[in-house]
Amino acid sequence: MASLLHQIQHRSVTIDAPLSLDSGQTLPSVTIAYQSHGTLDANKSNAVLVCHALTGDQYVASDHPATGKPGWWARMVGPGKPVDTDRYFVICANVLGSCMGTSGPATPDPATGTPLGMKFPVITIADMVRAQAMLLDHLGIERLHAVIGGSMGGMQTLAWAAAHPERLGSAIVIASAARHSAQNIAFHEVGRQAIMADPDWQDGDYYDKYCTPTKGLAVARMAAHITYLSEAGLTEKFGRRLQARDIKSFGFDADFQVESYLRHQGLAFTDRFDANAYLYITRAMDYFDLAEPHEGQLAGAFARAKDVRFTLVSFDTDWLYPTSESRRIVQALQSVGAAASFVELSAPFGHDSFLLDVPALDRLVAGALRAEG
Amino acid sequence: MTLRPDLAIIAGAVPAGTRVLDVGCGDGTLIAALRDAGVDARGLEIDPANVTAAIARGQSVVQGDANRDLADYPDDAFDYAILSQTLQTTERPDRIVDELLRIAPRAFVSFPNFAHWRVRLALLWNGRMPVTRLLPVAWYETPNIHHVTVSDFRDLVGGKGIRVEQAWYLSGDRPTSDAAASWRAEHAIFLISRG
Repeated sequence: MASLLHQIQHRSVTIDAPLSLDSGQTLPSVTIAYQSHGTLDANKSNAVLVCHALTGDQYVASDHPATGKPGWWARMVGPGKPVDTDRYFVICANVLGSCMGTSGPATPDPATGTPLGMKFPVITIADMVRAQAMLLDHLGIERLHAVIGGSMGGMQTLAWAAAHPERLGSAIVIASAARHSAQNIAFHEVGRQAIMADPDWQDGDYYDKYCTPTKGLAVARMAAHITYLSEAGLTEKFGRRLQARDIKSFGFDADFQVESYLRHQGLAFTDRFDANAYLYITRAMDYFDLAEPHEGQLAGAFARAKDVRFTLVSFDTDWLYPTSESRRIVQALQSVGAAASFVELSAPFGHDSFLLDVPALDRLVAGALRAEG
Repeated sequence: MTLRPDLAIIAGAVPAGTRVLDVGCGDGTLIAALRDAGVDARGLEIDPANVTAAIARGQSVVQGDANRDLADYPDDAFDYAILSQTLQTTERPDRIVDELLRIAPRAFVSFPNFAHWRVRLALLWNGRMPVTRLLPVAWYETPNIHHVTVSDFRDLVGGKGIRVEQAWYLSGDRPTSDAAASWRAEHAIFLISRG
């Protein structure tokens, strides 16, 4: 039940200033839940902002309060790790529209005290960045040493460089893209329709109800999860092996291991994520096209970002945000003369490679963070 | 770490404060020397392991293919372009030279001289494609698909109206004279500029 999720207490700050959104609507105030690691130095020059992906959260390097599992990027962020918390003050904030303490569809309507649900305004990646900038203002951090993120976190990183180039020294963008493709949007629409087709969704007004759209959310997660893996990875992990049986059932149980795995992934996801938040964040990603305000010229988005050092990484088995999308960004950066690094790493895990054991990625991130000038 | 002699010559000839693209930069050895000398040096490199090594050193290097991806750089993006020991591996060396002098007004180009006397002798006496210290790989697996001599390169740039500002010739680690270069130079390094 979603209500359990929303009972978790998160470290957060409520900023009583209006947040003007791309949609034209305004949030009168915004609550931002965040975690930090390491120590901010005296001249506030060592802050690194980690941006999380669609279903990520602020628990980048500390145990997740709902699942008890280690932080989603604990292998990358921590003392002596590539994003070294002995050296950097690392901030990770739950994105606007999400469900781990930051303002989103589960936030109570100030007028009625009941959750906003679908009355929460549609938000964008740029709006997420605006909220993060408000948090940094609140923390008194004028300039970030670096912004880093994978997948949707990479989109926020790119949006940071486009909107506030003077506020960051370095942008590290992993397994990401500067726009959502038709295929990206199509997969997200399958997920949204699965949620909205669940009778327990109840037009998003389910927070105080006994039933919540866990079935729809689980199916959305199952469909999305396939896109995070490579075909070769799935084949290697599961093949056509049967699940806890020797022969096919000639029924519709999870005969195959891959079915059982996906069902488990879908179900487990509903313990830690809110269906409405999934609708809002996937929408924000679908609306993302950094070139759109610049007559389709991506270079226009980076016109003011000449002094930001960019590092882009793609993975050869990632078909969700393929190498061609990273190359497109690199071309735009080169055309404006920005310092850009790019490499396509070989890893078997598909899009999820950015979260998994890829030693070359660790070296790249550590080097890109240490780079000067 | 000591630089390869041709790289040391290039590193010594690039003025501080300039912007440089090292095309085919390997693991960033020359970029590191240039940055130490106060040059804003970046790289383009095809091998992902080399690119990873260079980025891990804090350098700005893009994985790409000199045959295609130089087109992504705007005109005059740099003060100097560098192509060391790579010309002979490109699909169309003539077009690469044009591209180098599009993205920068000046370029360093270095290559092994296929007219060195050892190469000539090997071909003359054995009748086989030479395998030498500088060209150690057999013909069927060598990346050097367009062998070039000092005279060939002079003809190429002369025909394009490109100016040779300076040239260095190396026999082993030692310089050799302009006049004897065709026979005696194992390595040639040219600094060329738009005519």
